[in-house]
Amino acid sequence: MDYENLGLKAGIEIHQQMNTREKLFCHCPTVLRKFDERSGEFFRYLRATESELGEIDEAAKEEMKQERQFCYYAYDTTCLVEYDEEPPAPLNPEALEICCTIARTLSMTPIGQVHTMRKLVIDGSNTSGFQRTALVAMDGVLPNGGSIETICLEEEAAQRVEGDTFSLDRLGIPLVEITTSPCMKTPEEVREIAAYLGMVLRSTGRVKRGLGTIRQDVNISIRDGARVEIKGVQELDLIAEVVKREALRQENLLSIRDQLRDRGASVVEEPVDVTGIFGTTKSSILKRASRILAVRLPGFAGLVGREIQPGRRLGSEFSDYARKCGVGGIFHTDELPAYGIAAGEVAELRAHLSAGDNECIILVAADPGKARCAAQQVVIRAGWALRGVPEETRKMLEEGSTAYMRPLPGAARMYPETDVVPVTITSDWFDSLPLPELLTEKRDRFVQNLHLDPALASQLVSSEQVFLFERMVAAGISPALAARTLLSTLKELSRAGTDVSHITDQEILDILSAVELGEAAKEAIPAILGMVSSGASVAEAIQECAPAISREELRAIVKKIVESRSDFITERGKGALGPLMGVVMDEVRGSVDGKLVSEVLRQEIAAHVKEKEIHPV
Amino acid sequence: MTGDFSSGDIVLCTYGRNPRKGTYITSRDGHAVVKLESGYNVGVPVSCLSLVSRPEIVELPEITISQDESLSALSIVSTGGTIASRIDYRTGAVTSQFDAADILRAIPRLQTIGYYRARKLTTILSENMTLAIWQQLAEAVYEEIRGGASGVIVTHGTDTMAYSAAALSFMLDTPVPVIFVGSQRSADRPSSDNTMNALCSASAAASDLGEVAVVMHASTNDDVCAIHRGTRVRKMHTSRRDAFRSIGTLPVGSVTYPSLSVNLEPCAVRRGSCEPGLSKNLEERCALMTFFPGMSPASVEAFSGYAGLVLSGTGLGHVSTILIPAIRKLIEEGTLVVMTSQCLHGRVCDRVYDTGRDLLKAGVIEGEDMLPETALVKLMWVLGNEKDPECAERLMRSNLKGEYTGRSTNGL
Repeated sequence: MDYENLGLKAGIEIHQQMNTREKLFCHCPTVLRKFDERSGEFFRYLRATESELGEIDEAAKEEMKQERQFCYYAYDTTCLVEYDEEPPAPLNPEALEICCTIARTLSMTPIGQVHTMRKLVIDGSNTSGFQRTALVAMDGVLPNGGSIETICLEEEAAQRVEGDTFSLDRLGIPLVEITTSPCMKTPEEVREIAAYLGMVLRSTGRVKRGLGTIRQDVNISIRDGARVEIKGVQELDLIAEVVKREALRQENLLSIRDQLRDRGASVVEEPVDVTGIFGTTKSSILKRASRILAVRLPGFAGLVGREIQPGRRLGSEFSDYARKCGVGGIFHTDELPAYGIAAGEVAELRAHLSAGDNECIILVAADPGKARCAAQQVVIRAGWALRGVPEETRKMLEEGSTAYMRPLPGAARMYPETDVVPVTITSDWFDSLPLPELLTEKRDRFVQNLHLDPALASQLVSSEQVFLFERMVAAGISPALAARTLLSTLKELSRAGTDVSHITDQEILDILSAVELGEAAKEAIPAILGMVSSGASVAEAIQECAPAISREELRAIVKKIVESRSDFITERGKGALGPLMGVVMDEVRGSVDGKLVSEVLRQEIAAHVKEKEIHPV
Repeated sequence: MTGDFSSGDIVLCTYGRNPRKGTYITSRDGHAVVKLESGYNVGVPVSCLSLVSRPEIVELPEITISQDESLSALSIVSTGGTIASRIDYRTGAVTSQFDAADILRAIPRLQTIGYYRARKLTTILSENMTLAIWQQLAEAVYEEIRGGASGVIVTHGTDTMAYSAAALSFMLDTPVPVIFVGSQRSADRPSSDNTMNALCSASAAASDLGEVAVVMHASTNDDVCAIHRGTRVRKMHTSRRDAFRSIGTLPVGSVTYPSLSVNLEPCAVRRGSCEPGLSKNLEERCALMTFFPGMSPASVEAFSGYAGLVLSGTGLGHVSTILIPAIRKLIEEGTLVVMTSQCLHGRVCDRVYDTGRDLLKAGVIEGEDMLPETALVKLMWVLGNEKDPECAERLMRSNLKGEYTGRSTNGL
């Protein structure tokens, strides 16, 4: 696709969890829990409230179409602040410092007085019905010449368990939100900028790692299209695909609009009650419903079933809108007869409505209230088809297609958080924040100064262990040994079934220090780690896996082995070194470094060979 | 142009690299607070603002409220509090600014329960409550009852709601429910408890109850509101929704949500049990003092000249022995002294230990199982209406409005 010609404009919002000791507005730890560890449950209702300007946010109104009871899981690591039973604590200074460090790295201007706001979100993911958020700095610079509009400090929402049930462990973890301007023009550029920002965030060493700890929202529009925000792209690799598919969707919606206009299509706003026609239907959905309404769309035939992005049709969009009223979906005549609805019934429906061949009919079936609500939603969305692309917030489906979530929220959803006092950022403090070394710079330094292989250096800086690696090197451990242990040994152990998650950074550091001091052999590292993982101390593990052996003791062991294999050595000469290495290593059980063993063994073989030459048998 | 901006002015903010438009909100601690188009407020130096335009002030559209006159006639008397509050741009904090009609607009379902008359008495934060306002409130509620209200709802800040409920319990004889209600989470948030509390209070006000009560969340769930007797209720938590508890007794009823069905216990006073009455005198020279170890006799002497003093003693109702002469002197000078317990739960008994016996000898009245705050309000009311010390003492020793029970039937 020619994106320049299409007028593609994209911007991203990156949400990254911070690895702070405490949550943003309370003193709870920032740990995730298993659902079955919950200590209690409670339930609440939420309702939309007016902004201070007396308006109700469009997105909030949409969520209010159904009254929903939300259930929340509580833990011994959550408190009354998460339960919306206690006012928030002051803004976490550690989180503000990390946020400002990132802002400074991106050359942004800090806000003099930071005001915490309440962003109305009444989908249940926040017990309060809002997400606390504060704009911290503005106007940063991107490598593509584009700009970063804002950086905000936000509280993470509760995690959805299923349906309307949420888990409160995640609620309140500090998030940094970086919003770029719509400065990207191709899907690939979006991916690159997202990757760059992710790298900057990770460079601080103070953000959380792993699946779900970083999420991207993408804002996309094409010429004559509309701004659409796609929420929650978790994998960087999918981001370009999401942009491609959204550009395609908007292009197809515009093409459908043009065709509808050419056909003189229209939307009949008043739905028709057709419950009577389906008295003997075999469709279980229609049979169950107490009211079946038909929305008439003259000129739409064939286009409602048209695919607009992989796996999605215009009808899917209608269906998403209708679902907001609590119905399961819709039927449209482009796909009928099917789903138990007979051809005869479709014909009767058409006859009853005197519908022409070019008319598409949408059916919604539910109780009268829901059916009415759903029919109105279909009318609204069908009206948009005549105008082009609606501004929307959408959610990502598998593979990168998207579904409608709610209208784009506006400024009306922001309300001052009256329980949090504004925080002043002085320029002296901001300018004194140390800038982190970017991971890209770190990689280059590893290659140049530590002489690491470039591929290995790249692998290191993209790993969570890079900061531990640097600690190790600073403690005198050879870069190669540190890198191998962190990137391979631990992974191999884990793959073999050892739970290495309990081994602390300090323990790994202590083990490698012992190796560097010659107290244990490199070869014993996996065995020592294995023992430490099952609860032994580092000293115990070294004692058990690698008891101290002096050089003299080693020489005695080697001599004994050489003498007992005299014939083999005579036969092979120096070539006996390799096979005998394994024998000696088994004997010393990892207590001596392989290099030293090899040195002593070589000397003893040479001595043995020499002696045989002097005193042949 | 610097300074001189008014709330609502559209301003250009040249802060950072790119100028941005916004709405001037207020000035705070040397910063100008501006709402950007994204909705975020930021505090920036006022020098980086310039005026773009000053929009005309648009009045919020009036929404006419249609009411069903066949339903119970209910009166809402509002005194303020977070059930009806909105942000104050001057301080950035929540204050009470709504009148009762705004409550109907905010909670439309109220209109399915009753036909309302609304009356704004005051808009104070409840910590600023005074005896004079109690008297105005009692008078207003009495007028509403006389005027045919089949139930009265009093919206009130939660901090001193229990004191006010106790005050009206004594000042009023009511044949209809007089329901105090508030919210622990401000009404401007989607999770506010105001909607459920207001709906449950209206249901209680339309019910068969006939006494002064407090209706608030019974648990952290949005499922049940408890109906607490006005003289037995206490705010027991600073912030939880279910902060209000009946002490030493069970609630007199409950309202389930969202069904709004009202359940009254047998002990609840029923509608029509008495004729409406008002005796609103209160004696101002009364106080409540919490005893603590090491308290100096001078603390007691400070109440010299008071008509009444409630002591919140330790355990069964004790203060240290060294205070007893000062207390005796106070009583001899004509102060009525009532002993309650800071345990809150349980009954005062000054006949068990020597200190208690000495207090009784000095003339201290045992407050039985009255809550300290209720005993204070009762003392104000008794001394305001009964000048004879012996009669006043007798009243303090009697159960007037359920504040004083002879039998301890409920544990913690």
